[in-house]
Amino acid sequence: MRRGAGAHLGTGAWLAQRATAVALALLLPLLLARVFAALPVDYDGWRALFAPVWVRVALLLTAAVLTLHAWIGLHDILMDYVKPVALRLVLYFAVIAVLAGSAAWLLVALWRLG
Amino acid sequence: MEIRTRPIHLDLLRIRLPLPGWVSILHRLSGALLFLAVPLSVGLLAHSLSEAAGFWALIEHSRHPAARLLALALFWAFAFHLFAGMRHLALDAHWGAGLRAARRSGLAVIVASTAVTLAFAVWLLA
Repeated sequence: MRRGAGAHLGTGAWLAQRATAVALALLLPLLLARVFAALPVDYDGWRALFAPVWVRVALLLTAAVLTLHAWIGLHDILMDYVKPVALRLVLYFAVIAVLAGSAAWLLVALWRLG
Repeated sequence: MEIRTRPIHLDLLRIRLPLPGWVSILHRLSGALLFLAVPLSVGLLAHSLSEAAGFWALIEHSRHPAARLLALALFWAFAFHLFAGMRHLALDAHWGAGLRAARRSGLAVIVASTAVTLAFAVWLLA
């Protein structure tokens, strides 16, 4: 058995992209429907919509799944179209920074609710 | 001299992409657009939850035509990406992978995403 050749590495990403896709296809329409159904709201109603712990946990879980899905998707796109290695690495880093920053920002915003 | 006229570089303007090809490239484009929407959405949510003034300012700005156009574009991206993704999962399971079926499901993705986007536009303007 040859190890470390890396030929199998894409299979994990391929599978993760499908698994996260199924999870997002269920979670995101539900979350969006909950928000749209509550409209129109005032400020207190808007805060109350996100206040329950299960809503915040569901949001953070969705954010985690979305982060992985977006990273794999962007990685695929950049791998296909950006040939210079240095530029590609910079863009990889930028994507990770945007996703990690967004997740942290969401965490703080939800944390301050309660 | 026939060999000299053979196209060596890809001339994107001369390539006629078949319909499933369009669905594939739009799946990527909508995905990239949704990636850009992530920090925007989190920022708007954080701003709207932080204080009442921020919330009402956001409500005010949401009436601007540019904001509505952006919402419409992101809604289309979400709908298209979702439908194209469901089609992709079906194709992974070798379901509807024949040429005719794949063309028909590709058309269905375009029609369905356009239809729900139009419905959203009507709701947005009502």
